[in-house]
Amino acid sequence: MSTEDEDRADALFHALADRTRRDIMRRVLAGEHSVSALAANYDMSFAAVQKHVAVLEKAGLLTKRRNGREQLASGDVAAVRSVASLLLELEQVWRGRIARIDELIAIDQED
Amino acid sequence: MPVTDVQRDLDARTLTIVADFAAPVERVWQVYADPRQLEKVWGPPTYPATVVDHDLRPGGRVTYFMTGPEGDKHAGYWDVTAVDEPRSFAFDDGFADLDFTPNPELPVSKCVYTFAAHDGGTRATFVSTYASAEGLQQVLDMGVIEGASAAIGQIDDLLAA
Repeated sequence: MSTEDEDRADALFHALADRTRRDIMRRVLAGEHSVSALAANYDMSFAAVQKHVAVLEKAGLLTKRRNGREQLASGDVAAVRSVASLLLELEQVWRGRIARIDELIAIDQED
Repeated sequence: MPVTDVQRDLDARTLTIVADFAAPVERVWQVYADPRQLEKVWGPPTYPATVVDHDLRPGGRVTYFMTGPEGDKHAGYWDVTAVDEPRSFAFDDGFADLDFTPNPELPVSKCVYTFAAHDGGTRATFVSTYASAEGLQQVLDMGVIEGASAAIGQIDDLLAA
């Protein structure tokens, strides 16, 4: 992604408002990774990476499972897609309500 | 489009939408005071709303559900906290189970709708404040403000990267 795309992603997605978290998403969408393997990619503490993973998990963008002492994370493509459909729906909800009030008012002014 | 301004204040966890309507304040108020009108505007055409209870008084409750194309139902409620007819009203807006028991998993917002005479019509200000930054974030994440198609492009970029 270009810097501009990165910047737009920052503005658009607070759930993905962090480059590390987007990077984690790219990796876990490609396949399951242990949290410690993910942490090795970044110049930050394991705990910091674990926090990023928790934010993504809470947003429903990835799922974690335990395998012995390891925590394995994988991206949920369906969830990412459903965020997209919610985006459309909620955008329409806000704009649509106001447009419908406008129409409703216009109808009785024609009467 | 009558929407004139959209603002978000992350620190105050507030979303403000301003719209101008070509009708007097009393007419815009009627949209909210009349459940049959409210249900015409509340749900999108693909998810029409049915208002069940409608008590637009302080302490009163408004409940509704929206019916999706598959017959799926999504319920919500307003707990009305203040009414100054026809100038403003305030309510807590939340999601509910189909028996209208509030769903605590989804964010509740405090809403204040204000209607003021403006340029021969009505300027409506819809303010929603979320109890937690997380709640606002959850709603912002879902794209209440940003353009949906641009956001979907971002997701596709993200998946393609």
